[in-house]
Amino acid sequence: MDLFEYQGKQFFSEYGLPVSDGEITFTVEEAVDAAQRLGTPVMVKAQVHTGGRGKAGGVKYAATIEDVREHASNIFGLNIKDHVVKRIWIEKASDIEEEYYASFTLDRSAKKHLGMLSAEGGVEIETVAEENPEAIAKVWIDPTSGLTNELAESWVQSANLPTQAVEGTVRILLDLYQSYVKGDADLVEINPLILTSAGDVHVLDAKVTLDGNSIFRHPEYAEFDKTQTRDERETAAHDRGLQYVGLDGAVGVIANGAGLAMATVDVVNQVGGAAANFLDIGGGANAEVMAGALEVINNDPEVKSIFINIFGGITRGEEVANGIIEALQNVDIEAPIVIRLDGTNADEGKSILQPHLSETLLMAPTMLDAAQQAVDLARKENDK
Amino acid sequence: MSIFVDENTKVIYQGLTGSQGRYYGLLNRDYGTKVVAGTNPKKAGEDVEGIPIYANIKEAVAATGATASCIFIPAAGVQSAVMEAAEGGIEFIVAITEGVPAHDEAYFYNHLQNEFPHVQLLGPNCPGIISPGKCNIGITAGHIAKPGGPVGIVSRSGTLTYQALYELKEKGIGCTTCVGIGGDPVPGTSFIDCLKAFEEDPETQAIMMIGEIGGSAEEEAAEFIANNMTKPVSAYVAGVTAPPGKKMGHAGAIVSGGKGTAQAKMDALRAANVRVGLNPTEAGEHMVDIIAELTNS
Repeated sequence: MDLFEYQGKQFFSEYGLPVSDGEITFTVEEAVDAAQRLGTPVMVKAQVHTGGRGKAGGVKYAATIEDVREHASNIFGLNIKDHVVKRIWIEKASDIEEEYYASFTLDRSAKKHLGMLSAEGGVEIETVAEENPEAIAKVWIDPTSGLTNELAESWVQSANLPTQAVEGTVRILLDLYQSYVKGDADLVEINPLILTSAGDVHVLDAKVTLDGNSIFRHPEYAEFDKTQTRDERETAAHDRGLQYVGLDGAVGVIANGAGLAMATVDVVNQVGGAAANFLDIGGGANAEVMAGALEVINNDPEVKSIFINIFGGITRGEEVANGIIEALQNVDIEAPIVIRLDGTNADEGKSILQPHLSETLLMAPTMLDAAQQAVDLARKENDK
Repeated sequence: MSIFVDENTKVIYQGLTGSQGRYYGLLNRDYGTKVVAGTNPKKAGEDVEGIPIYANIKEAVAATGATASCIFIPAAGVQSAVMEAAEGGIEFIVAITEGVPAHDEAYFYNHLQNEFPHVQLLGPNCPGIISPGKCNIGITAGHIAKPGGPVGIVSRSGTLTYQALYELKEKGIGCTTCVGIGGDPVPGTSFIDCLKAFEEDPETQAIMMIGEIGGSAEEEAAEFIANNMTKPVSAYVAGVTAPPGKKMGHAGAIVSGGKGTAQAKMDALRAANVRVGLNPTEAGEHMVDIIAELTNS
């Protein structure tokens, strides 16, 4: 779950990290009112789940209320990498002396937490990593011992921050680590972490990704789930509890298991087509889940054919076949369907499907054959 | 021979009294696995179709001499279940449960490394392990696997593993052991752990590897293969067409910042002389070729 900057700052402040006062706004008038309450100068910041806001004109300094009105008018509705701005965060402007970078994430290769700190903040850290890798001080943390004071201190020393920033940065890193672990975050990132002219170290931006699997410990994260960026199709699938990712092609894909679903998308691509989605209905394939999946695919106007790819393991072929037939009776499908059924009791399943086969309900013996047929059908539908 | 488990492995099911644990525990027993006990502090003294339930792992181990456990506990309880198994004397822990928070996985992985280095954890979020004809721990449908070898399988994906087992069986090729390492960010057992064990297993003559986008496990495996493996390997990597930054079902299957792409993984594997198929069927065909070459030589 990706948080907006303002949500990330609320998250950080619960762990004692110093963030600026601000308000989230949804209209120009709200933005102006917020700025009046906070007192100018303020920053006018687009809230989107993507980077590069500054370059796109989504982050502006406003010295006066009139500036706030002008910037907010321009930023609302702005398209930043296909994310349309619907929320603006108004926050008290800070006096920036220097900009740093700090983050924690899991290093999957080392299987330890990785902390990164750099005196070169405010720019994309990937660029720093490429051009000047020694400017990033890294520390690997064993989750069972955590980030100790000693480790934090030696880490900050190695990052070559100015003396007056050291103490404040150590404190912030210790709190940031707590937020990362106790908050079950996949990523916490502050860029920039700033030193003000008054000598305070302060959090100026917040990028937080939370682990959706941890929601049983954090029921309050359900709120963040509601503000995830999803297209209409993804929302429909999410509501039905299906694992779905929207893609750009014309072949709707339904498969059981994440790996098989990914492989199905790949195979469609390999035979010269493109998948409209990734959809994993899970290990089993009962009628209800299958019907839900077909509804989601059916609502996508770009879908010209549907490829159902099921491998029966514990779930037997005849159950899968009955599930498909039952689902088809309950959902009115427009696009032609190609089914590939294999695995446990596949033959029994195929004989159940046999009498139902038609010009719009086909069966193919292998994954590649089925993909080819689905792609051909999508082309034909498109040419109509 | 098989790796990690064999026909003598005695297994305790943590969560045998739950619906999933009961269903698969009994299926596994029917397959021939020595399912010797279940644990549940509230149901100690009872039994599940003749399988005795103990209050905890320690008591179950003392009573049965089990060396392996299989976890069917809800995600919230997996961390304590893993720790209990290790502390109770279990040497091979299979965690089937999906949805375990990454911080928990990182914690118990390192805890085992530090305190119980001899303990091998498989999973979480994995289908388990099967040595066809000998032992099946987890949710793999036993009858889709042909016993006897000579192929060892290691995979990050459940359904693709079944697909691989099934295709090999259709072609008359057996499997020594099939290990589903799971698709989570911190898998207890890695590709390398399995490759190493297969290399040492005299019955395994070739290995089929099924990878996925995300992380760098396939690249690390490729390096290990290039430097340490004498046995031929075929592979498939799912997710060639996955868009960056999107989670494809498994928590681990995500491409970020151009890293962990299927292309990079396939390139690394090819450079290590692995025969890479562009789809699961092609990887299976490569294995058929490999077996034919081994038989002829």
